[in-house]
Amino acid sequence: MADHSDGTPAGSHAVARAGRSDVEKFQDPGLAPHRLRLADTDPRAAKRAERQVAILFGVSVVGTLLFFIAYFGVRLDDTIATLRLQNLLLGLGVAFAMLGIGTGIVHWARALMPDHEVSEERHEIRTERDRVAAQRIVEDVLEETGIKRRPLIRNTLIGALALAPLPAIAVFRDLGPLPGNALRHTMWKEGTRLVRDPTGTPIKASDVTIGSAFHVIPDGLNELEHGKLEEKAKAVVLLMRLNPESLNPSPGRENWGYNGIVAYSKICTHVGCPVALYEQQTHHLLCPCHQSTFDLTQECKVIFGPANRPLPQLPIKVDSEGYLVAQSDFHEPVGPSFWERG
Amino acid sequence: MSTATESTYRPATKVGRVTDFVDQRVGGSPILREFGRKVFPDHWSFMFGEVALYTFVILLLTGTFLTFFFDPSMAETTYAGSYVPLKGVDMSVAYSSSLNISFDIRGGLFMRQVHHWSALLFVASVAVHMLRVFFTGAFRKPRELNWVVGGTLVILSLAAGFTGYSLPDDLLSGNGLRIIDGVVKSIPIVGSYISFFLFGGEFPGSAIIGRLYVLHILLIPAIILLMIAIHLFMVVVHKHTQYPGPGRNDGNVVGYPLGPVYAAKAGGFFFIVFGVVALMAAAFTINPIWNYGPYDPSPVSAGTQPDWYIGWVDGALRLMPGWLFGFPLEWHIPLPWGVNTLSLNVLLPALVPAGIVFTVLFAYPWIERWITKDDREHHVLDRPRNAPTRTAIGMAGFTFYCVMWAAASSDLVATHFHVSLNDVTYWLRALFFIGPVIAYAVTKRIALALQRKDREIALHGRETGRIVRLPHGEFIEVHAQVDDYKRYKLVGFESPEPLPEIVNSDGKVTQAEKLRARLSRVFFEDRVAPATPAELEASHAHGDHEIAESENLKEVAH
Repeated sequence: MADHSDGTPAGSHAVARAGRSDVEKFQDPGLAPHRLRLADTDPRAAKRAERQVAILFGVSVVGTLLFFIAYFGVRLDDTIATLRLQNLLLGLGVAFAMLGIGTGIVHWARALMPDHEVSEERHEIRTERDRVAAQRIVEDVLEETGIKRRPLIRNTLIGALALAPLPAIAVFRDLGPLPGNALRHTMWKEGTRLVRDPTGTPIKASDVTIGSAFHVIPDGLNELEHGKLEEKAKAVVLLMRLNPESLNPSPGRENWGYNGIVAYSKICTHVGCPVALYEQQTHHLLCPCHQSTFDLTQECKVIFGPANRPLPQLPIKVDSEGYLVAQSDFHEPVGPSFWERG
Repeated sequence: MSTATESTYRPATKVGRVTDFVDQRVGGSPILREFGRKVFPDHWSFMFGEVALYTFVILLLTGTFLTFFFDPSMAETTYAGSYVPLKGVDMSVAYSSSLNISFDIRGGLFMRQVHHWSALLFVASVAVHMLRVFFTGAFRKPRELNWVVGGTLVILSLAAGFTGYSLPDDLLSGNGLRIIDGVVKSIPIVGSYISFFLFGGEFPGSAIIGRLYVLHILLIPAIILLMIAIHLFMVVVHKHTQYPGPGRNDGNVVGYPLGPVYAAKAGGFFFIVFGVVALMAAAFTINPIWNYGPYDPSPVSAGTQPDWYIGWVDGALRLMPGWLFGFPLEWHIPLPWGVNTLSLNVLLPALVPAGIVFTVLFAYPWIERWITKDDREHHVLDRPRNAPTRTAIGMAGFTFYCVMWAAASSDLVATHFHVSLNDVTYWLRALFFIGPVIAYAVTKRIALALQRKDREIALHGRETGRIVRLPHGEFIEVHAQVDDYKRYKLVGFESPEPLPEIVNSDGKVTQAEKLRARLSRVFFEDRVAPATPAELEASHAHGDHEIAESENLKEVAH
């Protein structure tokens, strides 16, 4: 079929001119002839459709009844199973009630209502006469205000309108306090015991075996009257013990741990999710939200993912009773970066 | 009042008398005359907008029910409801009242599930409706402004979804808010201030749920309602678009009259949508907050997912590396007053992809208008294949979105398919750039191929699957000519040619005009022209032995 043109510019002499003049186009044959449906010609089919619609509406009535049976019949006790059963029956009731009406009406419309397609003319959105008249009005109105002739009025009005919304912004100032130093400090200070989250039991250095990990909060957090969640959101710590040879502390941080026990902030430096997953074999910490991965053997340096900064380390030591305590607060702000962080 | 203006019309029936009573007082008859038989074109793809509207109605109904029982307070309380595993646990009043809705109010769980499922379906149908409008070119003049209103509705539906998602104050939504807090803090200069103002102090504070509640139940739905009103008003002004076909052109509108057929179908469809949502809420659990527990900044469970519509932003956050080939993406900028921090690793993925998507989305009608210089009104839609470049651009954008969306589930992909999480991320990072390019090329070729197939069918008929052996031994497949109406659907489209540079009034070709001409070539250089009557004539006259001989065949057979 070598004479087939596939319509591409290169392959067809017919194409280059196509679509330009109406002469070469197919003429619109007009609406396709209407085809009668079964129900239009056969009264029995119409009767059948009528019955089907009525049955669907009947299904809806049954659905509504089912809802009431479920609502009053199923007594909620303290088990999830009863709740699920009631939810299922209520839902099925509503679903049948709605689907019965919906499918019934649509079936009615499709099978029995006239299905002749109608053609209607589109009218112009606006006539040229209206446009001219409207333009005239705008010009006249502007002229009558005299705003073009009196720039003093115009300019002072613009100035006033520009300033007037400012109070509407300023009034939101008291939505919250200023950050101040809040993002730079946590509850940790020298001598604060490391206790388990959420029970609050202190941890002895001898309890921490190699390979184990503890979720830690500062002692006294659970007893706070106010701001418990706010303090917890900054102060949570992961405590792990490695073989001391696997740790490679940088100068000045050699004694921030104790016998291979190290404590790092649990708040991801990316956007603040808890870095809750500890891979014991690889000594990696993984944030489940965005998969930032921190290497414990390199002072929690980022080795994968969207975080940029290592997790801050909490310097710890052992008190006279053998419990783990903080040497000080974190030496840098924990959690996500912010402009003033430095 | 003079007696001359008084009506002499006497309604015969009871309904007629009531209608007339109202009409004489408020003048409803001109409205009924205008709309009673207004013609609406029908096509299955017009359904998505309807689904969006109806799910929104369902959201208002179920949402109102939920407000009667929900308490947006973040005050601490001890749970004493009937869900045993959480008895005696400290939690916020908001979470506790959400549990009470689920466990202690009959039908409360069902209402919550209907609300959540409709919310998911609402955002989905808004998005798919938008894709339909894009791919069929329905955004062209005179509907550009309605496209912008629609784009605003997309953003509002995301906002409505996210503010609602956060209200139960469970562990999952609390972590979502924490991510928002982290992103907000990365904003230069004002970030930590906005964070403190938003949360009323340090995260999580005790203000955010109440504030989101007001946004969720008052401000955002009110603006959505306003936008829907404008959207539908403009649909009435423009009248609905229609798909191309015999008898349809830019000067008419072909379809069913509002009363009774269209009203019945559209009205019935509301009940169907409601029924389907009810079925989902009955059978499929959504957001089982009682499994997550109250918000606590310490725990988090692996493999948690945000609601689907937030996924693409979360995915972008995951894809962005913190370090790029040893180059840090968090900058510490020394300034005269000290060092300031700029977290590009958070700021860029949070703002740039969404910025690109929405900028292109809002601007696209004007971009295409500028390239094609097409100032005509369009009421007949394009079949996507007949606008290959637009369809390709749309698919490129869609792929860009989908890569980010898939990235939000990178950990689940890794665990389900037993592949390395890091490899999944590396692949998705590559696809982020390459995917749209591939999608563009492939889509354009597919569209052109479909156009060629249309030509083939218009000129040579469709394959019937009947293989016939001719007397001299040759096998042919019988082709059946399509009728005039079907053929017109295949040939009745425009295939514009590239529009070369146009000299401006100064006799110069500007740089912008050169760019426009180049883009016009990109748009229209590869084109398939619609078949013409002359070509059909030619295919009948010589060489088209399938058709010709299939007719001879009957003579041979007898």
